Amino acid sequence: MTMVGDYIIEFRDVQYGIDGGPRLVCGLDLQVERGETLVLLGRSGSGKTTTLKLINGLLAPSSGEVLVEGRATTAWDPIRLRRRIGYAIQEVGLFPHFTVERNVGLVPHIEGWPSEKIGERVRELLILVGLDEQLGKRYPRELSGGQQQRVGVARALAADPPILLMDEPFGALDPITRSELQREFLGLRERLGKTIVFVTHDLREALLLAHRIGLFEAGRLVGVYTPVDFLKAREPAVAAYLAALGAKESGGRSQETEDMS
Amino acid sequence: MGLLGFFFNNRSEVLELTLEHLWMVGVSTLLAATVGIPLGVLLTRRPAFSKPILGSANVMQTIPSLALFGLLLPMPWIGARADRLAVLALTLYALLPIIRNTHAGITGVDPAVVEAGRGMGMTDRQLLLQVQLPLALGVIIAGVRVATVISVGVATIAAAIGAGGLGEYIFRGLAMVNNQLILAGALPAAALALVADFSLGLVERAIKSRQ
Repeated sequence: MTMVGDYIIEFRDVQYGIDGGPRLVCGLDLQVERGETLVLLGRSGSGKTTTLKLINGLLAPSSGEVLVEGRATTAWDPIRLRRRIGYAIQEVGLFPHFTVERNVGLVPHIEGWPSEKIGERVRELLILVGLDEQLGKRYPRELSGGQQQRVGVARALAADPPILLMDEPFGALDPITRSELQREFLGLRERLGKTIVFVTHDLREALLLAHRIGLFEAGRLVGVYTPVDFLKAREPAVAAYLAALGAKESGGRSQETEDMS
Repeated sequence: MGLLGFFFNNRSEVLELTLEHLWMVGVSTLLAATVGIPLGVLLTRRPAFSKPILGSANVMQTIPSLALFGLLLPMPWIGARADRLAVLALTLYALLPIIRNTHAGITGVDPAVVEAGRGMGMTDRQLLLQVQLPLALGVIIAGVRVATVISVGVATIAAAIGAGGLGEYIFRGLAMVNNQLILAGALPAAALALVADFSLGLVERAIKSRQ
């Protein structure tokens, strides 16, 4: 019996592992509410990227179910599923032989939108992500890392999908650019009203961007917390993260808590 | 009579042999590309086949060219006409570099690009035609270039079985112990190989610069 709740994405006792290998994700139960920004936080190899890829069907669960909009990912046509979900990764993966315009307009193009509509949408998006329209005619290699990442986000938003998956999108950028993009992301988020699942290993980024934080460790979901609750939580896994943050900048944490409330 | 004089006096024969040579190389390379590139693509989709297919192509290349020509002679339709046999042998020779480069070119595409394309909902066909093949094209052309240059060389052996081409002069010269005749075949063949290498090299560079 499948109950369609208000959860746009749901994990039910999901397990994932490659045959003969360790289980990358274990006993995962997670509900994502429509319109929220859920940040998956954890160390490298903790299972957060695997979890993300289970949502858009790049990976299929070994057992259990991943439901998107009430339907199991295995029941969806994988192509249709992925076109309803925006996907932005750390390496960006812009097509080097396409101009910025063609890159951003990719999904509308393969969805068969008329070219005028695509052109308009691309212009709109470039402005939205803070890029000069003129950059549309350039090639990715002519852009800076920050600009490329913005193009990646624009591309993910192009067909106006209800869900956006982002895998450490700001990870490869210098701290100043990263900070800039994080702030712009917050502004964008309010305007877009999408459900966003965001993967990071950076606690500060998680505290800044999340409505809720899902902490992963060794393939298991330790818990889901609001940023305020996270700072107060007692679980050892949480404490380890807070300690690492505290060690980096003593005194900065209290400032963080103030900003949150 | 110097070499240039020889070329001038026999210009119609030289031209005929050069054209025969070009025809053999051209047709066989085209056939090898038509078969080899799709096979190379297939290998990237079905890795299980790579050992047998790459293995067979490798075996073909290992067999000495003269021996390959000899082995194919008894075949029914092919062995009947020397030029068909030559084209078949040359095609088999050209397969390995083309298949291997197609495979390498496609698997060498930045995995982040492939992941992004797949994650956004491109079908396998769209990914292949719009992303992987265009990005692999430089490497594929490099394979065709290697195959062509090898073909020009192996095609000189074709004269041994009567298929014509510039090898005619070489073999005739060897039989008559006439060095000028040997050079009359060897030099144009070498020149052809260099021209082919150079022009395909330009194409390769042009493609790569657009990426």
